[in-house]
Amino acid sequence: MSALSSPPLEVGAKVPAKDFGPLTRQMFVRYAGASGDFNPMHYDDTMARSAGFRSVFSQGMHSAALLASVAVDWLGADNVRRFRVRFREQVWPEDVLTCSGEVISVDRQDDGWLVGVELTAARQTGGVAVSACATFLLPG
Amino acid sequence: MNASVGTRGAEYEMVVERGKIQEFAAAMQSDNPAYRGPDAIVPPTFLTSGALWAPEGARVDVGFERKRLLHGEQEYVFHGPPPRAGQVLKVSERLEDRFEKPGKRGGTMRFAVVVTEYRTEEGMLVAEGRSTLIETAPKGESE
Repeated sequence: MSALSSPPLEVGAKVPAKDFGPLTRQMFVRYAGASGDFNPMHYDDTMARSAGFRSVFSQGMHSAALLASVAVDWLGADNVRRFRVRFREQVWPEDVLTCSGEVISVDRQDDGWLVGVELTAARQTGGVAVSACATFLLPG
Repeated sequence: MNASVGTRGAEYEMVVERGKIQEFAAAMQSDNPAYRGPDAIVPPTFLTSGALWAPEGARVDVGFERKRLLHGEQEYVFHGPPPRAGQVLKVSERLEDRFEKPGKRGGTMRFAVVVTEYRTEEGMLVAEGRSTLIETAPKGESE
């Protein structure tokens, strides 16, 4: 066992949390342009209201991208091997998303340590907008 | 059209561009230096932007009614470090699965899982996107 390095992280270690917001329509438009998702429900209030929504709302993949960044900024953009997100609640202009998470698994592989992380982006109401799990392969 | 499991869309090309990566990073409010410069790496959900370059016939049409269509889950798997600026990826979609569940208020919810494969020009699979699409149950006939 002495040849093996010790795990870089412990199960239960917290991902450094980050708040995003208050979110603005401009942020939704910026994400629309960056991603190519031009569904007008995310930037055209008239169309969103005529479809029965109180206003435009954020793209789920926009929240997913914000949530991914907290884990990637911590464990490294090169190291991500899997990112899976589930869409739960809509996100509205003026919402503040708190992105946080923790390590749920650390497994030895031939080529490093496979670290599993569970993540949530919660609205200011406490409701979870998106939840995610990610795995990173850390060298060592 | 109701595509059957195994249906594949036409393959298309996605050039991973550093400016596009930086634009995506700005939209995700990240100043991570890994997303900048000539060797910029793609953020975990960046490959979604490739759909913009999908020509006619590339997208698998699962046949769900647009008004009842939800994006339930999205997954990205990377078979190594994620792609970098300058790489040319060959992209193709396939319908991986279809299934149904009872709706919470009656009726039937339909699910479809569409996998997008990203390969190098040599054909090596480097990343996969997996979208779970949901068609909610139709409203009751009494409405």
